[in-house]
Amino acid sequence: MSARDGLSPFGVTALTLGFAFLYLPIVILVIFSFNESRLVTVWAGFSTRWYVALFQNQQIIDAAMVTLRVALLSSTIATILGTLAGLALARFARFRGRTLFTGMIYAPLVMPEVITGLSLLLLFVSLDWDRGYWTVTLAHATFSMAYVAVIVQSRLVGFDRSLEEAAMDLGAPPLKTFLVVTLPLIAPALLAGWLLAFTLSLDDLVIASFTSGPGATTLPMRIYSQVRLGVTPEINAISTILIAIVAVGVSLATLTQKRQLVRRRREEALARRA
Amino acid sequence: MSQASPQPRLRLEPWNDPASVPYIRLLEVSKSFAGQTAVDRVTLDIYKGEFFSLLGPSGCGKTTLLRMLAGFEQPERGRIEIDGADMSAVPPYRRPVNMMFQSYALFPHMSVAQNIAFGLKQDGIRKQEIATRVEEMLALVRMEGLGGRRPHQLSGGQRQRVALARALVKRPKLLLLDEPLAALDKRLREHTQFELVSIQERLGITFVIVTHDQEEAMTVSTRMAVMDQGRIRQLGVPAEVYEFPASRFVAEFVGDVNVFEGRVVRSERDGTLIHAPAAGTHVFIDRGHDVAEGAACAVAFRPEKLALALEPPAERAVNVIEGTVFDIGYLGDMSIYHVKAASGAMVRVALANRLRLVERPITWEDRVWISWAPGAGVVLLS
Repeated sequence: MSARDGLSPFGVTALTLGFAFLYLPIVILVIFSFNESRLVTVWAGFSTRWYVALFQNQQIIDAAMVTLRVALLSSTIATILGTLAGLALARFARFRGRTLFTGMIYAPLVMPEVITGLSLLLLFVSLDWDRGYWTVTLAHATFSMAYVAVIVQSRLVGFDRSLEEAAMDLGAPPLKTFLVVTLPLIAPALLAGWLLAFTLSLDDLVIASFTSGPGATTLPMRIYSQVRLGVTPEINAISTILIAIVAVGVSLATLTQKRQLVRRRREEALARRA
Repeated sequence: MSQASPQPRLRLEPWNDPASVPYIRLLEVSKSFAGQTAVDRVTLDIYKGEFFSLLGPSGCGKTTLLRMLAGFEQPERGRIEIDGADMSAVPPYRRPVNMMFQSYALFPHMSVAQNIAFGLKQDGIRKQEIATRVEEMLALVRMEGLGGRRPHQLSGGQRQRVALARALVKRPKLLLLDEPLAALDKRLREHTQFELVSIQERLGITFVIVTHDQEEAMTVSTRMAVMDQGRIRQLGVPAEVYEFPASRFVAEFVGDVNVFEGRVVRSERDGTLIHAPAAGTHVFIDRGHDVAEGAACAVAFRPEKLALALEPPAERAVNVIEGTVFDIGYLGDMSIYHVKAASGAMVRVALANRLRLVERPITWEDRVWISWAPGAGVVLLS
């Protein structure tokens, strides 16, 4: 498909409508974050005062720090556990109950968050754990590890086992083989899984509401509770910052990947010609 | 055969010397996968310095046998010994064996030099020595100066050479090669076959190669084993297997052949007479066989051992088939004549094209006589 195919009037209309549907709400939110007025719906000139106010709002900053800490730790735990589960699913091809196990790994992906949150809450209550930072972290690791497992498993399906056999043949015991051959080669999947788990934790409101406690209010929880008292331009400002962070991150990741792919293609073509 | 025969080698034939001790021994080795027998009671001795081929169609068990030598599969029954040591409890990473994989299995996240150094690093060898030996290997496979490249920056032939270097750098007692040249184009493959032989002779390492390409097996091997359905059907030096196939399967798998069913008329010490109605003739072969008169058998002829003439050969009633030229396959260096015998059977005759095409005397629809020497055919009893 060439780029010229997209220039038909129908294509242009479809594209405009589609993207408008997706991005209009976000664009409005970003514009109004720079509004001078306290009223969210009335434009009164450009200003960055809500960004200044934001950085003086200790509650928001605290919530952001909690969210960041929870996301960093929970996504790391989820990546380790999810990788192990993904390995088991991809590698032990014929153990008993494999289908059941696979289904159970996938279940959290489709389970309503309310149910996951509620069941975790019941667990923590029955264990008599104080709800707070640790319980949110564990809860986030629990539901996001399923995503990591799926990503790692799909990467391993296309993995050339003879690479591991070659390593063992050359004298590397199984654990060493895993560390120096398997792990570096599936690292992109691990990174993708980690980023996904991180984003999921950053976004989550429902499960955090069930499993968090005093002193561990996450940013989505804070935003939600403030919005219930009325939307302020301050909320627009924090949302704009979040959007910017995510957009920059995604663009960087995509660009690096694309660059690597192009370089690799060129080098392969050179090698073929030689 | 368009292939040049291998250079004569100045080597002993340990398999004919009762005093020599085998280097690699397989004793009654069996293996099955999910009830399917892959390798069936294989007993095999391989001697030090051999270039041994396991040849057979896909699914014949040759790769499983190779993987058992490497340690990736465990035999269900039987025993494998390398240089006198039992290998049953030895994992792949402790065997004095290295393997070159069909896919080459080069580590994509390491440079060429790191790939070659990998095995030495596992043995805890000093950095300086690793560097020297990697350079030696790069020189051996003519890849000097390319140590910094990544596998994806190499051509197929270069990758193949890196894989070979990586497998050789630890100076294994045994090098296993799984279809090492299958991914190369024909010209490069033929060139590489001779290169492999020369490297093997220089290093003196025992090679076992798995291949489905009979020309490749014949070019490189000291001896070859033809396998089918998990068993070794015939074992011998390439010329022996080609000239004296032990069974119809071997005759048909190794090279091109005409096979005719027949019955033994007479078998004596210095010759066997067979009536082959399908060929419409009696066949005399100058080797005696221990078979009863009237026993069913088959005779096989290689197409290049048959002669074609426009005149009937004088004073001969045996070893002659009369027919008409049905088709000619022109291959450049030689032509394959498909001759339809009076009995209806199709006989393939290969003639070297010593003259140019236009000057060849025999052409389509010609009436011809196929004849051969008493030493040309082989009696197949199975």
